Amino acid sequence: MKKFLAALLLIAFTAPASAHEVKIGDLLIVHPWSRATPGQAPNGAVFMKIENQGQADDKLLSASSDVAAMVGIHEHVMEGDVAKMRPVDFVPLPAQSTTELKPGGYHIMLMGLKEPLVEYGSFHLTLTFEKAGSIEVEVQVEEAGAAEPTH
Amino acid sequence: MKLRYILIGGLTVVLFLALLVGVGWYRSGSIEKVSIGTPNIGGPFTLTDGDGRTVTDQTYRGKWLLVYFGYTYCPDACPTGLNNIAGALKLLGSDADKVQPLFITVDPARDTAAAMKAYVAAFDPRIAGLTGTPDQIAAVARAYRAIYQRVGEGEDYTMDHSVVIYVMDPEGKYSTVLRHSLAPKEIAAALEELL
Repeated sequence: MKKFLAALLLIAFTAPASAHEVKIGDLLIVHPWSRATPGQAPNGAVFMKIENQGQADDKLLSASSDVAAMVGIHEHVMEGDVAKMRPVDFVPLPAQSTTELKPGGYHIMLMGLKEPLVEYGSFHLTLTFEKAGSIEVEVQVEEAGAAEPTH
Repeated sequence: MKLRYILIGGLTVVLFLALLVGVGWYRSGSIEKVSIGTPNIGGPFTLTDGDGRTVTDQTYRGKWLLVYFGYTYCPDACPTGLNNIAGALKLLGSDADKVQPLFITVDPARDTAAAMKAYVAAFDPRIAGLTGTPDQIAAVARAYRAIYQRVGEGEDYTMDHSVVIYVMDPEGKYSTVLRHSLAPKEIAAALEELL
């Protein structure tokens, strides 16, 4: 009986959170998501919310994944009616605040996808933070034009 | 002798005054002028559709056009805008037959007709993905006052580009612009007022 209860507790504590979030150090990474690849498009973008629950600022420095030849961090800027994307060295994550990577803002750019991303599928992405370290997260793929995650 | 000079002088003055009156009359607008209230956006274009066929602005006469520029290597703005257009089409129901969205690439070097067709199909097959030669693309962008700019070196360059949706009436004349980030129901509502 004890073993059973212990196993149950173990499962409860290690099972992935149904809210699709993962903690590393003081950072809570909430729902990394991407969009299904339209047609033969070779690029993709990953979005997520990062809560810095600690007292010190941190930075998202880089990301990597097996699904793409190259992964970088970009910022999307609007100048009047013109959309521009620029590579950035990091995403600042100020202490005690939530930073959102979302369409129209920061995104992790996947360049040279080896296979199209499929709606409702998922893939792994490793995130590297300046202070918190590195962690592998599961990215969930939404519809091609999703403006925000649906689940 | 003097009389002749007087007559000539008089005639000159009269002619000069007539000229002044004529010019004044013209400038006062009694003669119809070209309207200056509407921006000079739009115009003829020649492009290639997703099936490799040549299309022009005439191909789409009779439909309200939603003209949107972008490229298939674009992971953020283009899916957002196309999804909003696709959503608006669905909300329009049968009225969608009166509307023809065009997605015109600003990256003809990489965006082939087949790539464009596959790309727009992910959002709504009613959207026409158009490409062309660099000159044809430059011409249509110029007609729409749309800006585009290559950024970066090597194969992985990105394109800065205008993201507004130009709405053209069934005669091919400019009607209005919509922001690409408007929600589908906002785009549908704006179109319903025009249709």
